[in-house]
Order: sequence, then structure tokens, then C-alpha cells
Amino acid sequence: MGGAQSRNILGKPYARGIVFNEPLIFERSRAGRNGCDVAKSPFEQKEISAGFAKGTLREDFTGFVEVSEPSAVRHFTRLSQWNYGVDSNFYPLGSCTMKYNPKVNEAVARLAGFTGLHPLQDEATAQGALRVIYELEKYLCDIVGMHSASLQPAAGAQGELTGLMLIHAYLKDKGNARKKVILPDSSHGTNPASAALCEYSTVPLASGTDGLIDCSALEKLMDEETAALMVTNPNTLGMFEKNIKRVCEIVHAKGGLVYADGANLNAILGKTRFGDMGVDVCHMNLHKTFSTPHGGGGPGSGPVLAKDFLAPYMPAPRVVLADGRYKLEHNPPKSVGALNAFYGNFGVYLRAYVYLLSVGGEGLGDISDAAVLNANYILSRLKGHYHVPYDGPCMHECVLSDKFQKDAHVSTLDIAKSLIDRGFHPPTIYFPLIVKGAMMIEPTESESLETMDTFVDAMVDIAEVAKTHPLSLAEAPVLAKMRRLDETQAVRNPDLRHKP
Amino acid sequence: MRYIPLTPEDRKTMLSSIGAASVESLFSHIRDEIRFKGKFSIPTAMSEQEVMRFASELAAQNSPAASAPCFLGAGAYNHFVPSAVDQLIMRSEFYTSYTPYQPEISQGNLQAIYEYQSYVCSLFNMEVANASMYDGASALAEAVLMACRITGKNEVVISDLVHPRWRKTVATYVLNRGTNIIQTEDHPTGKTDPERLLKAITQNTSAVVVQSPNFFGNVEDWDAVGKVCREKGVLFIACTAEAMSLGLLRPAGDFGADIVVGEGQSLGLGLNFGGPYLGMFATREKHLRQTPGRICGRTTDKDGKKGFVLTMSTREQHIRREKATSNICSNQALCALTTTIYLTLMGKGGFSQTAKNCHYAALALKQKISSVGNGARNSFDLPFFNEFLADLPVSADELNKRLAKKGAVGGYDVSRDYPKMENKILLAATELTTPAEIDLMVKTLGEGK
Repeated sequence: MGGAQSRNILGKPYARGIVFNEPLIFERSRAGRNGCDVAKSPFEQKEISAGFAKGTLREDFTGFVEVSEPSAVRHFTRLSQWNYGVDSNFYPLGSCTMKYNPKVNEAVARLAGFTGLHPLQDEATAQGALRVIYELEKYLCDIVGMHSASLQPAAGAQGELTGLMLIHAYLKDKGNARKKVILPDSSHGTNPASAALCEYSTVPLASGTDGLIDCSALEKLMDEETAALMVTNPNTLGMFEKNIKRVCEIVHAKGGLVYADGANLNAILGKTRFGDMGVDVCHMNLHKTFSTPHGGGGPGSGPVLAKDFLAPYMPAPRVVLADGRYKLEHNPPKSVGALNAFYGNFGVYLRAYVYLLSVGGEGLGDISDAAVLNANYILSRLKGHYHVPYDGPCMHECVLSDKFQKDAHVSTLDIAKSLIDRGFHPPTIYFPLIVKGAMMIEPTESESLETMDTFVDAMVDIAEVAKTHPLSLAEAPVLAKMRRLDETQAVRNPDLRHKP
Repeated sequence: MRYIPLTPEDRKTMLSSIGAASVESLFSHIRDEIRFKGKFSIPTAMSEQEVMRFASELAAQNSPAASAPCFLGAGAYNHFVPSAVDQLIMRSEFYTSYTPYQPEISQGNLQAIYEYQSYVCSLFNMEVANASMYDGASALAEAVLMACRITGKNEVVISDLVHPRWRKTVATYVLNRGTNIIQTEDHPTGKTDPERLLKAITQNTSAVVVQSPNFFGNVEDWDAVGKVCREKGVLFIACTAEAMSLGLLRPAGDFGADIVVGEGQSLGLGLNFGGPYLGMFATREKHLRQTPGRICGRTTDKDGKKGFVLTMSTREQHIRREKATSNICSNQALCALTTTIYLTLMGKGGFSQTAKNCHYAALALKQKISSVGNGARNSFDLPFFNEFLADLPVSADELNKRLAKKGAVGGYDVSRDYPKMENKILLAATELTTPAEIDLMVKTLGEGK
């Protein structure tokens, strides 16, 4: 900005252009305002304190606000405008599958016949909802070649925990729950964390030079104290584990089971199934593969799916179909128990069910076709501008690194932040851990060729600037709402809440 | 397919850039022996028009409690939600965004999380809160795990008046850790006895868990529980399954609770057949580094402008892997936002008044059912918030069937979880309960066989 007019504006609490400033909601509070005219109670309003012991009732409402409805609406609308969503633009986050969130899903999830259902109301009055659960379990089993599913896990990590609990319970029944879980070094952080929560120690498996599981290394590690191998396929390098069948055989030969992390399922829909690969149990992320919104971090839904011999251990309650009626089975004798209070994130997996209706069984393969084509296209255009650590065709995502830019002191972080100035959300960065300065790009099937071309142009532009004006990239972003934030300060001086 | 923009022409251009002959060739490294050649049982693709018709038919096969006279609670409550709440969470910049790992373009979500954390601290009168857990039950399980980490002990004393499904969730989470769960037998008296807690605690106990209002709706004595915990040097975990009660009752933070968890469903989320709900989690500053889940903090940017980031992430799985404080990654962010908007609209006065209105409705329900004169009455003479256990002249099942015939949703049959508690029912009322609904209950109760 320049000129007298901008000098007058800078430093004042006005908006800059149409980027509004907005304080904490607590600073908007003024005594005497309210955002909801509460309906008057039709019942007798006795002196409440008479019924309670002294000191039981709340008198202190410090920290709560007094704002009008328009102020509240404006506050949150303004906050929303500082965000970036899939509906705003391309969201190339690798392993996160930020695909389009269809609007009909939202419309169905808001039908009163679903939103108003109490989880404990009589089964006879919830047949439609129970049918959704029953059919969705069946459809999802079909997609990955499994026998039974539970929609109870509220997110991928809870699905992993549940899957490992099934393995633990099954092996324990067979006489030895075992002690260890093997994890490729390219695995998601939730894998080892879930294993630890299940009281398994974790054994890292180094990836081979081709970025895939090294069967001979696995053979050496696999023993009769190992309960399971957790594998992500395609792996986090975006490569298909082509020896997966052999991998499963090695684990099975020692009596272990194979767990598949379904984070990257979007690559293989209708192409190949975990069950057919030899996998015993897996989870899916419905908020990735099946289009339910990420909601700024959740809620998700992480169904667990397994072969028949693990079915008796599934979390309860289970939905069963008997004489044309759907029923809840509350206490299957071998069930591992409950992961949350009711049946998981119903409102979320209802959206995934609607997505499957829209896509249809025969349409699933088209999703992976487009997702894989898009990723390979981006890889083909960026190859040469950025280092490709593991060459070869990729699946639904490609991994690049900052190796070509490093000599000019331009890092993956600088590249990511420079993308923001060019109107894009950055890819997943510094993951997988086995690639230094990794950038993991997953376009999904939702993107048009034009959008991907614009993204590629932005990436190429950054690679060029890295050669000519490398230092300028360290300043990025300069056009976003905020510049880079001081994370060290956030840790050293924790300011985690408004103090009234 | 309306969700896939690529045209045949686009595909040709792209394949030529890749140097591949066909899309199929991109899958050639998947060996034939594991290629899927079958047909899915999933129906053929539907147009949006067909989807809406089909889904509406499914929805019509449900008779939602929220559209009927409803006396069912037991951990999920039918409250009013102002229209602005849903309108705001429908802003696609909220619901189609990812976890705010890129703070420069995620300040909206981050500030909302910071406001949410502030609200949770105020609700419970605690010092720090995380950015949310899956629901109250799993949040309680995480609280128990955290208490075991802090104390290095592997035993917990839990009142059997904590929600049965929450106790089951705790038991599932600790299944393979060998954690000793000591459940007190407090349900016959409807309230947790501090003396019984005192006796149950051993030198291996990490924490005591008590819920208020408890599963039978009765208000526990936080002060007494806190004193027991301090006397025995164990951590005090408090929980609540009905967050609306915090508009009427003093929070556990006033009485020295170390960890407080709650189900936030009542604060704007609707019933939704059990989820998505909201696990609220708060603790003391000294336990911050043992806290599970994401946390947002305030800092400054390169220009010194105040802003927000996700912080303290060395506790989390993506950094610490198997040594993380929890495996949680996705949480219930949009539900946390919903509650933040709800509490903002309700405000000080609205929150407190709504809580009072729930209480008035429940008091009226209690008084009316005992006026029937056939033995129906509240089971315990104890203070409650909006839910209470009632003795019945018939089984809960029988009463619920009679109510169902009139299109009403009855209460919760506690004999499902406490087999000896026959002819008793757990009844809830909220600000949405009407005098006509209570009259319907009274009339139905009075009908002899």
C-alpha cells in the first residue's frame, strides 16, 4: 500500500481490504447483551437452592460472554474467512485425501429422521439408521475383501487401536498374545502410538532401497513373539507394496497377523483388496477415502474390518439382521468391549454411506483411476524441478524433496510457505520421515487439469525463484493473514486460554 | 461422475505428459493374482435426486426421539439448538478444512480452538484444556491412562454410578495394560459414598473416578470426594455426561479435581444416534505435558502480530510415535466449534437460564409422577439436575411399551446394567419438555393392566 490514504488506515483497527480483524469473542462481550432469548419455562419456578446443599450451586459465570446474535454470527463468519477449505482451492495434502465433500451428504445428514435419533431409543423406531450401519458395514467389507466390520471407531487411530485389540484377543485365545508389532519406518505416527496403547513394543523395519518392504529383512525380524506387521499399502511414499502377498506369507508362517492401515485406500478402490492380498485386519478413514469432511481436524470415522476368525472379537454392540428386522447385539461373549459411549460417529459414516450410493459399486474404480492419473501427472510435470527420491510410477500421491534447492538454502518449509503466497495450501511436509525434506502431494480425483496446471506453475515458479532470489522465499508467506508464527515462543510461554 | 472433473481429452493430455499408454498401465505393478475382478454388492450409482429420495425413505423408517415426547437421557439429551449454530458450521471454510497445521491460513480454526479451550476451562473451572477428544467415554479412558502415567500406578477406583458405557470404554482401553479397576458398589443408594471410596483406595491406586450428576441423575458431593482424594494422595478424576448441568451446579474444578472430562453433546450437538459427540478434557497446568490430544496456543508472527498455533506437539503421535501421550490424531474439531458457537449465543444468562429450565421441568416430572398414587415416585430423596431414577408399579419395559404406543419415547431401563434394579426407570427432562408431555406420562403411568 502507498499514499496518504493507506498511511491513515495502517495501525487502525479497520479491516485491510476485506480481511476483517476480529478479537477474541471474550473481548466482544458487553454486559446486557444476549444472543439467545431463552423460552420461558412453563413449569413452576421454585427457589432452586432449597433442594441443594449449601455450596452446590454455581454462582460464578466468569469466562462466559454476553454478545448479541448478530455479533456472534459476524465473529464466527470472520474467523471462517481466515481459513482455507477444500471448497476454497486445491488441498494437496499427502496421505490425507482432501477430496471434495459432496453437498448431498450434508443434506442427508441433516434430515430430522437421523439428527433427532436418540442412541438408546427402541430399535424398532430406528430401523432406517440400523440399516445404514448394517449395509455400510457390508459395503465396506466388500470393498476391502473382509468378513466383518465395526463402525464404532471414531477416527483412524481408534480403528488401529481396535484392530490391534482384535489381534491381541485372538492370539491370546490361541495361547499367546505375543509382545511385538513390526512397523515399516515409513509408517504413520499413529501406528506405533496405537501399538503402544495395546501394550505391544514396536520393532522398526527399514525400507529397502526401492522404498518398499524388504522381504529378507522382514524374514529376519519376524519371530514367534511378533503379533503383527502393520503395513500401509500403497505406502507413504505413494508406492504399491508389490510383494504384499509374500509379505503376508512371511508373517503368517510365524503365526503372526497382518494389519493394513487404510489411509491410502483411495489409490486402489476396485483394483485390489486387502483381504485378497492376505491382510487379516484393516481400518479405513471415511473422512479420507469416502468424502466426509475433515471439519478442521475432525470428527472422522475409522471403521475396523477383519477376516472371519476375528469377527467374534469386534466391539459391541453389533447390528444384526434377523427376520427382516435390524437388532443390536449388546454382549457378544468374545467382544473386546467398547471404544466410545454409543455407535461411533453416526453422522459422519452416514455421509460416507450416501457417497457410496452416489458413486455406486461400478464407479469406485473410476475414483482410483482419476486419483492415480492426477498424481502421476503432477509427478511428470514436477520431475526435473524437484528431486524425486524414489523413482518409478506412483499411486495416488507423489513424494518430492528439497534436495535440488538445499544448496541455495531453500528448504521444504520455505517452499510450502511460498505456495501459500501463490494461493495454495502446502502439501504434507517432512513426512514420511525416511525422506529428508519430504513433500508429499496428493491431488485426489477431485481436481481438474486446469487447477493442477496452476499448482504446477506455482511450484515451478518457486523452483525458479529458489535459483534467482532464494532469500526471498525465507520470508514467505507475506500475503497471508499472518506471517510465519513463532512456535518456540508458544511452547516456552504457554498461553492456552483466555484468562478472564 | 459429477465428482470427477477429468474429460477424455484431459486424460489424453495427461497420459502423454506421463508417457504412459493407458490409465490401466499405471496399475501394472499390482500383480494379477491380487487384482480384483469381481463385482461389488454396492448398488449402481444414483443421481442426487435418487439419493435424496432413497435417503429420505430411510430417514422416514426412523421415529426420532427429538420429534416425540421424550423422557430418555442416559448420556444423550434432547436440547434446543439456535439456528445460527448450524448455519455457521456450514461455512465450508470451517467444515472442509484440514487440521490447522499451516497456521498462516488457519487462524480461524485456531482462534476458535483457543476460544473453545477457554470455554472448557471456564465450564469446569480448570487451568488447561485440550482441543477435544472423541466423546465423553473415550475422554474418560484417556484420563485414566493419564493418571496412571502421572502416578506410575496401575489401579483406579471408579464409582459404579459412572455411566456403564463409559466404564466399559475405560475397561476396553486398559484391557491389555492389566490395570486393576476397582468398582465401588454405590448404586443401591444412588450416590457415591466417600467412606466407601476411602476404603477402596489402596497404595496402588492412581485415581478415583466419580461422575456428577451420576448415572442415576443424582448430584455427587464433589467436596467430599476431593477431600478423600487429597487425604489418600490419589488423583481426582471428575466427569459429567450432561454438560448442561454446569449451568446450574458448581464445577469439579472448584473442589480440587486434577482431571475433568465431560460429554459436550448437550451444548449444541443434537442427538445424531450417538455421534459425533464431543469429549471435553481439562486438567491442571502441572499435568500439561502428560495431556493427550491437540492443544492450541497463542504466540506472535514474524511481524509481532498476535496469532495462534498448535503447540506442545512433542506429546503427540506424529512427533513422539510410540512414546506419545495418546494415539489420537483426528479429534472432534467441528463439534468443538459447534459448542463454542452454542455457548457464545447462549451466553452467561442463557446458559444458566436453560439449565434452570431443565431442572424445573425435571422437578415437575418428579412431582407429577408421584401424584399418580400407584407407587410411582423418585427412587432416592437426593438432589438431582434433570434426570432421576423412578420406582414403578410395573417394569420399565412395560411402561416404555405403553408410551411407545402413544408415540412417546420412555426412559432408560437400568436393569440392563444393574440387574437387581427392577421396576425402575431413568427419566430425563430438558428445556424442551412440555406440560402436555408430562401429562401424557402421568396418564400412561396411571393406566392399570
